[in-house]
Amino acid sequence: MTLSVRHLHKSFGSTIACDGLNLDVAGGELVALLGPSGCGKTTLLRIIAGLELADAGSVQFKGEDLGVLPVRERGIGFVFQHYALFNHLSVFENVAFGLRVRPKETRPDEAELRRRVSELLERVQLGSLGDRMPQQLSGGQRQRVALARALAIQPRLLLLDEPFGALDAQVRKDLRRWLRQLHQELHITTLFVTHDQDEALELADRVIVLNRGRIEAADSDFARRFLGGQGSDIELAAVA
Amino acid sequence: MTIALPAVTPAKQPTSPLPRPTEDPRWLRGLLITLALAFMGLFLFVPLACVFYEALKKGWDVYFAAIVDPDAISALKLTLLAAGISLPLNLAFGLAAAWVVAKYDFRGKQILLTLIDLPFSVSPVIAGLIYVLIFGAQGWFGEWLRDHDIRVIFAVPGIVLATIFVTVPFIARELIPLMQAQGSEQEEAALLLGASGWQTFYRITLPRIRWALLYGLILSNARAMGEFGAVSVVSGHVRGQTNTLPLHIEIAYNEYQFAAAFAVATLLAALALVTLGLKVLVERQVKKTST
Amino acid sequence: MSVASRLLLKRHSVLPGFNLALGFALLYLSLIVLIPLSAAFFKTFTLSWGAFAEAVTAPRVLASYRLTFFASLAAAALNAVFGLITAWVLVRYEFPFKRLIDALVDLPFALPTAVAGIALTALWAQNGWLGHWLPFKVAFTPLGVWVALVFIGLPFVVRTLQPVLEQLPHDLEEAAATLGATRAQALARVVFPQLLPALLTGFALAFARALGEYGSVIFIAGNMPMVSEITPLLIITKLEQYDYAGATALAVVMLVASFALLLLINLLQAWARRRQGATV
Repeated sequence: MTLSVRHLHKSFGSTIACDGLNLDVAGGELVALLGPSGCGKTTLLRIIAGLELADAGSVQFKGEDLGVLPVRERGIGFVFQHYALFNHLSVFENVAFGLRVRPKETRPDEAELRRRVSELLERVQLGSLGDRMPQQLSGGQRQRVALARALAIQPRLLLLDEPFGALDAQVRKDLRRWLRQLHQELHITTLFVTHDQDEALELADRVIVLNRGRIEAADSDFARRFLGGQGSDIELAAVA
Repeated sequence: MTIALPAVTPAKQPTSPLPRPTEDPRWLRGLLITLALAFMGLFLFVPLACVFYEALKKGWDVYFAAIVDPDAISALKLTLLAAGISLPLNLAFGLAAAWVVAKYDFRGKQILLTLIDLPFSVSPVIAGLIYVLIFGAQGWFGEWLRDHDIRVIFAVPGIVLATIFVTVPFIARELIPLMQAQGSEQEEAALLLGASGWQTFYRITLPRIRWALLYGLILSNARAMGEFGAVSVVSGHVRGQTNTLPLHIEIAYNEYQFAAAFAVATLLAALALVTLGLKVLVERQVKKTST
Repeated sequence: MSVASRLLLKRHSVLPGFNLALGFALLYLSLIVLIPLSAAFFKTFTLSWGAFAEAVTAPRVLASYRLTFFASLAAAALNAVFGLITAWVLVRYEFPFKRLIDALVDLPFALPTAVAGIALTALWAQNGWLGHWLPFKVAFTPLGVWVALVFIGLPFVVRTLQPVLEQLPHDLEEAAATLGATRAQALARVVFPQLLPALLTGFALAFARALGEYGSVIFIAGNMPMVSEITPLLIITKLEQYDYAGATALAVVMLVASFALLLLINLLQAWARRRQGATV
């Protein structure tokens, strides 16, 4: 197993966000974390990325304990719900950011950097928009810039927090199809959070249902209700 | 369906807790806080303390004598008069300007906003000068005023005018952002329910802006009572007649009556502290009631 | 009057009072602000170009421009640096008496300039609390002018930066961290550029305020011609000598500079709004 989460606990004051979570993700898998708002799925994602500290438990990637690594060393690509694009930088510079801040030893030279960024922009179909500013782009375009930016650092794990939440229905549908294609090309281990069951079912290899900080068994009432009775068609992770 | 979980050793906690990615390192925090406190202390707190220290240096007797001195009392009266006249006038202006800017979309709005800010950007000395040019002996109305034996410059009316000029923007600037954020929906609802324009204004608009209005008045008052440069130009510096408190302080200081000058200064400093305290209270209220 | 509203209003509004409110506001502004300000320009027109040029370029006057300009610039610069630090500390950190310090930032707004003037003079004079620590003179020199102007401009940078800092989205810094930036890189490349428009606006506001300042400066300045005389003082000196035309000429120079600055500040604020308003 590439990504292993064990006995993860996290609470904010009296609210329990993660209640002894255990899950595994295989290399190259695209897994959806599905659940109603407040069930802890975003918190789990942020703990894996290092943006939150768990109260107890561990996160391991290919046997390496991620918990000892600070955020900037984890090599995890994160796409935020509201994109968090740097609006004082152009699209090109946004995508190039992760490469520019590397220490001298690992930083690509300017020509190589330009090549890599242009290639990524082409891949997300924004090749001609490199000089634009984020404010000039549509929601769907900004989403793709955010993804390209996360991919630029050649992450070993890709995390997406409600990636299509702020977009309208048609754009969402198109982007879903496109993300699925991208994943098939790149095969990066990907975990994404959503509260939309259609999205989870359409995109993911596997769907993990969360409720109130815990993973729901495949045959639980909640899972069945939440997935509209389609539980038998997908593999669901089990509770420890 | 179950998955066999591989045996995993319990996680090692890192030897020191990792800082959150958006937290600054502790040494930086300490340094910045020290710098900020030193700067504020040096430039704000120390001068404030100095006013009170110098006022009381020669003892309470000297202090009280300076405060109840007849010239000081008449300066206080004139200060209060100037503030008292300028406040309601600027209040009316502020309400009118804020109403227009916040509730309507019209050409030239930006020009109006710039005009409102003009008194802010003009040096107080120039504010006084321009009234001298109009009402002074050689001014536009100089002869007419002389013929009718009315004195504006070097007399009370001039002081009042200069005070009004420098405090024009305050109330408008406090109200405009708030009223813009509040929008016009509630007023439109009131009209639909049959209220007249004035009723809408009194019953719907005013209650929602009352705290910002109060703060604008407080700030405006502090400025009016403390105005120095503009009033200095239009006043005749005649003790007992055309001196405001700040001018009285200047005269006492220039005559080396330091304790007396600082004593009167403590009154204005106390007013400043009250102003700041009221501001904190009002801000708390605004936060509670703003939608 | 309805002609006016038809011409000016971009969108029809059912709210009554447009004509009345706008009319009153404009009338008030004209009487109290615009017409009196125009008096300065009209008075200057009575001077020939030569006389005007002579009045505004006399050596003593030029010296006062230099002092006023550079002291104001230097004071605004110090306020920019420490105002940024203060705003950062007030928004991001917790420490005892933080609320008190925050309220105190507005003291230069609320305190009369004359009171500030005599207090600063007492402090920085050679025998003052602060003055006697220093081997050089502060009060009655241009350095004293600078100190007073720092006091006056202090709130502008802090209060302009605070709302921007408070509304800065957290995910920007988190994004920078996930992309591999160190804290220093994140602060320099992501946070600071977001703050720059507000910082410049605050700097310009402090600068503009310092240029016209009178009350807090004249006590500590020393007011020696060619050395420590600020331009507003020169205006008063000329008035006392009944040189109305000369005083007005200087006033016009200052007014033109003020208006130019006001325009610049408006542009900076529009830039800041554009940057901030773009929620990306």
